[in-house]
Amino acid sequence: MPETHVDPCGAVLERARALVEDRSLAHVRAWKTANPGALAIGYLPIYVPRPLFEALGCLPVALFGGGDELEIVRGDSYFQSYICHIPRSTLELGLSGHLDPLDGMVFPSICDVIRNLGGMWRMLFPDRYVAYLDIPQNFDMATGGRFFAHAMREIAEALGARGAKRLDAAALRRAIGGENARRASLERLDAIRRAEPWRLRASEAYLIARAGAGLPAATHRALVDEAVEAASRRPARLIDNARVVLRGSFCEQPPLDLIRSLEKAGCDIVDDDFQLGLRTIDGEIAVGEDEDPLDALARTYLQRGVATASRYIANDVKGAALVSRVRECGADGVVFAAASFCDPALLDQPMLEAALDRASIPHTSFKFAENNAQFQTIREQAGAFSDSVKLWGAER
Amino acid sequence: MSTPAAAAAGAKDESQIRQKRMIGEHFERLARARHDGRKVVYTFVPGNLTELIASFGMLSVLPEINALQSGMRGRSAAYIAEAEKSGHSEDVCTYVKCDIGMLRSGNIGPTGTKLPEPDLLLLSYTGCFTFMKWFELLREQYRCPVAMLHVPYQPDGVITPSMRAYVVDQLKNEVIPAMERVSGRRLDLDELTAQLARSAAAEDDLVAVWESARHRPSPIDGYFGGVYYVGPIFSAFRGSEEAVAYYRELRREVDARMAAGKGPATPDGTLAEERYRLVVEGPPNWTSFNDFWRMFTREGAVAVASTYTRVGGLYDTGFRHDASHPFETLADYCLGCYTNLGLPARVALLERYIREYHADGFIINSVKSCNSFSAGQLLMLRELERRTGRPGGFIESDLVDPRYFGKANIENRIQSYLQMVDARRHGGYA
Ligand code: SF4
Ligand code: SF4
Repeated sequence: MPETHVDPCGAVLERARALVEDRSLAHVRAWKTANPGALAIGYLPIYVPRPLFEALGCLPVALFGGGDELEIVRGDSYFQSYICHIPRSTLELGLSGHLDPLDGMVFPSICDVIRNLGGMWRMLFPDRYVAYLDIPQNFDMATGGRFFAHAMREIAEALGARGAKRLDAAALRRAIGGENARRASLERLDAIRRAEPWRLRASEAYLIARAGAGLPAATHRALVDEAVEAASRRPARLIDNARVVLRGSFCEQPPLDLIRSLEKAGCDIVDDDFQLGLRTIDGEIAVGEDEDPLDALARTYLQRGVATASRYIANDVKGAALVSRVRECGADGVVFAAASFCDPALLDQPMLEAALDRASIPHTSFKFAENNAQFQTIREQAGAFSDSVKLWGAER
Repeated sequence: MSTPAAAAAGAKDESQIRQKRMIGEHFERLARARHDGRKVVYTFVPGNLTELIASFGMLSVLPEINALQSGMRGRSAAYIAEAEKSGHSEDVCTYVKCDIGMLRSGNIGPTGTKLPEPDLLLLSYTGCFTFMKWFELLREQYRCPVAMLHVPYQPDGVITPSMRAYVVDQLKNEVIPAMERVSGRRLDLDELTAQLARSAAAEDDLVAVWESARHRPSPIDGYFGGVYYVGPIFSAFRGSEEAVAYYRELRREVDARMAAGKGPATPDGTLAEERYRLVVEGPPNWTSFNDFWRMFTREGAVAVASTYTRVGGLYDTGFRHDASHPFETLADYCLGCYTNLGLPARVALLERYIREYHADGFIINSVKSCNSFSAGQLLMLRELERRTGRPGGFIESDLVDPRYFGKANIENRIQSYLQMVDARRHGGYA
């Protein structure tokens, strides 16, 4: 193959970056123009059942705060200093009109901050549709499943009253099929960076995944497929990095430059919980032939929802899922990167660390905020960690 | 969230002496639990299923109460430091760290005896997500069974049939079977209903005590004094004969105080003059509890109502335990605790208190530990000022971490706030 300086992934990454940086949701406006009368519904991290919204003809739009570029003018005056950053930047986006293309908002039950932000939204935007989606912590289909299916039906009815399509089993099956296809493509993307991290860095996979936040599943899937194909054409490079799994960033997202700093410090992030909403369900959502697809959506969440800090771990040992993941990925260690003041992540961390200690898996931790601009200390810490785990791996 | 379980300083009413005795006896029962073959259930204040636990003959331990007691006894700083040393973040709820630190330091309870280990962790998940993490952490230490009761949130301040059915299903299919396994007994429905009937009687008296604060001068302080009044009903006693007797006695004392035109009991005796009537939102600080209280009493400020005293049950909007529907009533109780209400419902409740208790204004004590309470309080402040025309004050502290109680700063803020109330009074209310 002739030498080329053109990166096969360049174009798709550029498109993904533009989508991620589109804080005013121009692409959502474009979708609404192409689908007159259809509703766009924003939601907060980490998980809502996106196929439900697509089946109703709505566009689900995942919101991840304002990142490191947004200037916070009003958002700070609504939150005390000891509350994480994402609610203030989300409110800033809402108050400054960036979220105007959205016809409503859904706040899933992940933590007290997002829950209360939902209440604030009701007070500040009284004319908009605002729903709280209580996701069950009881994993029995007859109990938690029934409750969850009912909660989804309520959302469908409320959106129906605002002009969305009626909930229809065939449409929901199709939407679930679309989500499964997107999920399969994302799995291929993840497989590349696990097997050949030099082909696609975590920071790049992150952009590709996050670009789908406000895209229909089929459109996102096409983008992911394009990235997978382009990555396969990237020339091989030899790099000697530490392979790490990253945890804790399931809600407020670290700045892209922070992810890059970790990479520059010698870490290949072979698995992470960024953009967890797209990967909350492990594997595909199978719908039985005679099964109500809404029940299937509930059932798969109950039975195959991945372990996160906001999901009650009833029967397993805390941290067991993380230890398995480290081993499946052939990772050398774990980096905990949680948003400052993030209760779920920071309360979870000591239990996960204990599980890693029991399994003799090295780990390190730091905190961030989505608007951090200085990463020198983190970079040095990650560099030292990367060197030590490589050494550790060599000695084992 | 919970309340101190000891009599207030100053003049001792009969009810205070009784409460102190009840608590002492409860801790004695706990100390003898292993010997007596009684099972021990650790659970939380908001959404506690005390009647159900007691109907199985089991004893409750409430880790939040242990944490606040540690705060009041000056132990919490060391416990928190111990937890942080072992890897717990400085950013998270200090109740959790105080409890973990106490556990790592030998689990000595408020009366100086070692607490028995739990036979069951009853994770009733009401109004706060941290509870779930807290018991996941304790489960790591104790390796005992956990019964999870996920109580849905009321975003609109309304309990729907689906929410109620979800909680009832869990009670029947998860919680009660777990209690049967641990206690080795079947559920005794007659005993449960008897407990629930007694709860309702105590709740009637408690509401009468709350509402006495509508009187001028108020015979009670509904925040600092109020946390003592809710001690028995928020903790191990609701549904017991002792609780019924305590609240009957308390109500009699408060009625007598009111008839005599007396103000509330304070750490320094009866308040001589009521100069300000305030509603308070948010939990108190426990490490400097009396200092904090005196910042109000010195100025003649009385809390006529507070939301913190509703975290373990919101009775003054009409809810009573209903013995004729035992499971549904337990569900409604859990669903109805104050921090399980959406922010608009919390604002509506505060507005109601400000109006019905003829308050001059309101104070928000925002605690660093508790996002369940604190996230959104700055909007609540604006909204309440707009709706009522009454001034709001905002102070920040913490529950049991003394590092976050800036005495001089808080005192300054309270004084400037009260000056603002004076200024508004002269200008007239909206
Ligand atoms: S970053 Fe953590 S605490 Fe903040 S909103 Fe997200 S999950 Fe909640
Ligand atoms: S976060 Fe608040 S409600 Fe939750 S355990 Fe801590 S103090 Fe209690």
